[in-house]
Amino acid sequence: MSNANEQMAARYKNNFLKEIEEQAEMGEWVKMCMQCGVCSGSCPTNFHPGWDHPPQEIFMMIRAGKREEVLTSNSMWMCTSCYNCYVRCPRKLPITHIMHGIAEYAYRLGLAPKMQPTLHLSQTFWNNCTKTGRVNEVKLTQSLYFKDGFMAGIKKGLEMKDVALGLVKAKRLNIFEALGGGHKCKDIKGIQAMLAKAKELEAKRKAAKAVA
Amino acid sequence: MAEKKHAAYICSGCGLGERLDIAALEAVAKKEGKMQVVKTHPFLCSAEGVAMIRADIDDEGVTHAALCACSRRAKTEAFNFPTTAISRGNLREGVIWVRPDTEEARETTQEMAEDYVRMACAEVKAMTQPAGNPNTGTNKTLLVVGGGMSGMTSALEASKAGYKVVLVEKTGALGGWAAKLYKRTPTREPFKAPEDNGVADLVAQIEADANIKVYLNSTIAKTAGAPGRFKVDIAMESGPTVTEDIGAIVQATGFNLYDANRLPHLGYGKTPHVVDQAGLEALAKAANGGVIKRADGKEVKSVVFVQCAGQRDPSGEHLPYCSGYCCNTSIKQAMYFKDANPDVDTVVLFTDLRTPGNGEDFYRSAQNKGVIFSKGVVSEVVPNGDACTVRFHDLILDDKDARIEADLVVLATGVVPNSGVNIDAVAAPAAEAAGSEEGAEAPAPVVEEKPISILNLTYRQGPDIPQFKWGFTDSHFICFPYETRRTAIYTAGPVRRPMDIAQAQEDATGAAMKAIQAMENAGLGKAAHPRAGDLSFPTARLEGCTQCKRCTVECPFGAIDEDEKRFPLFNESRCRRCGTCMGACPVRVISFENYSVNTVGAQIKAVNIPDEFSEKPRILILACENDAYPALDMAAMNRNEYSAFVRAIPVRCLGSVNTIWITDALNSGYDGVMLMGCKHGEEYQCHFVKGSELGRYRLSKVGDTLKNMNLETERVFDLEVAITDIDTLPRKINDYAAKIQEIGMSPFKGF
Repeated sequence: MSNANEQMAARYKNNFLKEIEEQAEMGEWVKMCMQCGVCSGSCPTNFHPGWDHPPQEIFMMIRAGKREEVLTSNSMWMCTSCYNCYVRCPRKLPITHIMHGIAEYAYRLGLAPKMQPTLHLSQTFWNNCTKTGRVNEVKLTQSLYFKDGFMAGIKKGLEMKDVALGLVKAKRLNIFEALGGGHKCKDIKGIQAMLAKAKELEAKRKAAKAVA
Repeated sequence: MAEKKHAAYICSGCGLGERLDIAALEAVAKKEGKMQVVKTHPFLCSAEGVAMIRADIDDEGVTHAALCACSRRAKTEAFNFPTTAISRGNLREGVIWVRPDTEEARETTQEMAEDYVRMACAEVKAMTQPAGNPNTGTNKTLLVVGGGMSGMTSALEASKAGYKVVLVEKTGALGGWAAKLYKRTPTREPFKAPEDNGVADLVAQIEADANIKVYLNSTIAKTAGAPGRFKVDIAMESGPTVTEDIGAIVQATGFNLYDANRLPHLGYGKTPHVVDQAGLEALAKAANGGVIKRADGKEVKSVVFVQCAGQRDPSGEHLPYCSGYCCNTSIKQAMYFKDANPDVDTVVLFTDLRTPGNGEDFYRSAQNKGVIFSKGVVSEVVPNGDACTVRFHDLILDDKDARIEADLVVLATGVVPNSGVNIDAVAAPAAEAAGSEEGAEAPAPVVEEKPISILNLTYRQGPDIPQFKWGFTDSHFICFPYETRRTAIYTAGPVRRPMDIAQAQEDATGAAMKAIQAMENAGLGKAAHPRAGDLSFPTARLEGCTQCKRCTVECPFGAIDEDEKRFPLFNESRCRRCGTCMGACPVRVISFENYSVNTVGAQIKAVNIPDEFSEKPRILILACENDAYPALDMAAMNRNEYSAFVRAIPVRCLGSVNTIWITDALNSGYDGVMLMGCKHGEEYQCHFVKGSELGRYRLSKVGDTLKNMNLETERVFDLEVAITDIDTLPRKINDYAAKIQEIGMSPFKGF
């Protein structure tokens, strides 16, 4: 993976803005930011610690060529997709989508922060959901709870037991799915073929960009 | 002159009849006002009421009429009798609308109304209907000084309106700065790309225009005379001096770029690879759409634009103000590079990107083309081998040691107006030196050290237009932007305030229209703004004059010169009728036919002063007719009540208030005097620019008079009033009335 990173770094040298424009989805919008800061002011996550840079700053860092700092940042992963910034941006930048685009690019280059909760959830959710076309809630919850070790998982599970029981009573959760299987969509093969085709198309597009 | 016949007309409409004892008012007008004719009408401003007055004027020989109805600011079209002297007793806005309709208030309200009737009668008897200034000139040719975008626009607009124009340009070609631009910022949809500078088109229009006479390589050697009859000597570089007869003048002398040599820390002068915006226009012109090359012939691959170079400087070392156009100019210049070669790195370093007009679209277009905008303050530009290093504080990322390398650095240096000689500095060098200790005065040395006069006016007050902040020519930027303190001389474009081409052209059009209005008014012997159309003018009883020169020095408009015997010589056409000379005159020899020490003095004396034990104080209000009096009227329209003890007299300006009025008022037993004038000083609101300031200065000495009379200093109260003080003004009046009651009644009653 770091190979891809070195390749890109070498290809764009100092022009990180151009790299983002060409490689990251929606990256072509970054140059249109006018640094008003409405996005940063609107971001609900900004009130929590652990968020390195608000969107406006990320965009400025891209222009200033701070490649390493941007791509290894946790900022894009902190986005909750609430779309406040997207709606409020006076320049009509699709900020939420830009943040996801940069996050995905960082992931592709292998620079995304390891064990970042959002990244972990995305990966787990995707793997879980694409297997049968439906989410196996028990397994998904398990893998999230036990991410940080066995004891932490037990503790978390006990914390949430009332919620789980409620879901079971309402028939929204089937504990036997812990054994495997679980509910699935009618045409698993069809779904998987569709996803494979989409993946193929995307890979082709990105490969073309990467080489061009 | 025909015999005088005085009449009073009392209106009982608008509720006056119900609230007031009209018969008593009639008796007052007849007995105390000594009016020969007294009539009441239930609806005086109706066609029938007006016809009644008209008939008396035409058939009965009424020459002076006191109309006791509404404010003098109301119903002016109905009560328009050009040959008759008219005074107005303000019974509606001045009395019934500011008093509660209660039984207890009835007596004081009636007293108030009776006093206003007395005052109107007294005033009209002291008035003469003005016939207009006989000393007029009817030249209708407009002189435009400066052949840049503003000047050319003024000339063309005046010509389109049917007036002859003389256009004088110092250099050998029309076009000014705009002609030096490769392209200008866009003026029309979609505001995305630079467009042709437009100079050639305007020059062609001027050359084809038979109304416009152009003098190139010429300057103004002398401007003598007055509006409507200026004699202007135009000195041509090679050739004779020509004299032109001129009606009004538009000065559109533009600006110079702030000298970049004063910015060595930004590398200017140290390396040829740092240029100012004009320098870049020259490079772009040479490239003419191709790749832009530096002076040494090397193709520019990276360029940095430094905004606010030597401007918006809080330290006082450089210009404190914004040029108003150079953000858009840098955007445009960055596009020169991007349009020729998209791979050129263009970075604009700004602190606040200001893109007036439709610049926002232009800014977006530049971002789309890949111009990078970074918010930062540049500390230094250092030559670095064949390139330059720009060191700056990145304000978004708070990186204090940010750097960019660039082949070329462009400085946006700001503007210095070409305003000619600062006549205030010449007149009072000592005052200037004293003022320069303050930080605010520090930019003064920035302006060219030895400016040469532009208009060479033969006015006593100096050869050029008085300047305002930072050397820009005086104007009131909100209410009357083009008015200077020299009647019929208007300034337009960047000499007036920093602006771009589009704004300058709009400005030039406005100034041309104002100049035409001034020429027309001058020909009719009428005043210009703000008393546009006023026919009165000041005259002096010279046998009483002591030659103290206060009037000639204080006139805010330079209207008064001195004759060879050192008496004041009035140039009526230059006069704005503010009356500052009248207020200044210590021997009270200056007056207008319908506004004089007498017309106001008679009103002051006409008020009935109840005795010391009546518990009815009397407070005189002298209110500026431009702001304070309308504010009082509007307060009345909103039924904001105030004390029944005040008697308000409108004055043309606080500057026209002669201290004798105050002494007279206090002597005759008034308990307090309120002066209401406009804000003065740097952020002045005075319609006569200096009037309220001069008035206040004069009245600041009134304390001595009060002391001599053994009176409390609070008995004279100076209040700054804006036209918007509709709600606060009645409150302030009431506070003052309460204070006067606290101090106690004046001991001067009944003498």
